[in-house]
Amino acid sequence: MKFLKYTIFIIFSLNINLSLAQNDDIKSEITKNLRCLICQGQSVHDSDSEFANSLKLLVDKKLTEGLNEKQIYNYLTEKYGEWILYDPEFNENTYFLWILPILMFLIGGAIILRLLIIKKS
Amino acid sequence: MKTKILPFIFISFFSFVFLIFYKGLKNPNIYTPNLNVEKNIPIFKAQIFQKEKLISSEKIFKQDKFYLFNIWASWCIPCREEHIFLTQLSKQEKINIVGLNYKDKDENAKKFLSELGNPYDIILSDKNGTLAIEWGAYGVPESFLVYDNKIVKKIIGPINEKSFLEFINLLK
Repeated sequence: MKFLKYTIFIIFSLNINLSLAQNDDIKSEITKNLRCLICQGQSVHDSDSEFANSLKLLVDKKLTEGLNEKQIYNYLTEKYGEWILYDPEFNENTYFLWILPILMFLIGGAIILRLLIIKKS
Repeated sequence: MKTKILPFIFISFFSFVFLIFYKGLKNPNIYTPNLNVEKNIPIFKAQIFQKEKLISSEKIFKQDKFYLFNIWASWCIPCREEHIFLTQLSKQEKINIVGLNYKDKDENAKKFLSELGNPYDIILSDKNGTLAIEWGAYGVPESFLVYDNKIVKKIIGPINEKSFLEFINLLK
């Protein structure tokens, strides 16, 4: 009986650790995608500035409030604009950015294909 | 004929790409906040400076009145420069000045106020800086002019004579 109690206790405490670790994973994933606005070329995750530290705390707070990743991004873009995200969303300002590589790939492929056909004939 | 079209396409494509990159080079790559957007103020609960009591935002910001929400800290040197303007604004009847003491030690903040005077109607305390982020601020000092629970104007950096006169004109 005592053995059972201990095993249940151990399993329970391990589970708590696991859920805490998962929360940490999401947190670092979110902060890696946030731009530290007062430092150049650093994410919030990498930076140790006052702004970044506060932002990390806020992300933590929002996660415990039950917001998911997307909701946190929305919340922050509302405050600071799209600039705070490293991974810009697909909208009228950024569609060119997203489509250009595909376009270049297609055009390049077409040119190569044409050249090959010309060579063959 | 065919051989002439291909180089033409190449050249026009690369000059197009070059133009875009060249234009992109001139865009500033530092954060430039949007200063003229009317946004609702955040709903929050904050600790009153040097008190244990919490106060909610609805109790601070009422309708039909101007509020200046000013983020300051004793360690911030530009805050000393803008303090004269805050003191002058505090004499105006139509505006209430709400201070947010950002990441500061109570002792130092108290010293700062006794040295330069206290223009604030109420001071809130933000020990970990999260409340400033909820306001969309990213440094100190920063000021928000609030009317009807909306941010009417945002000033990044210290209040200077120009922004002070703008405030006075708005209050008329």
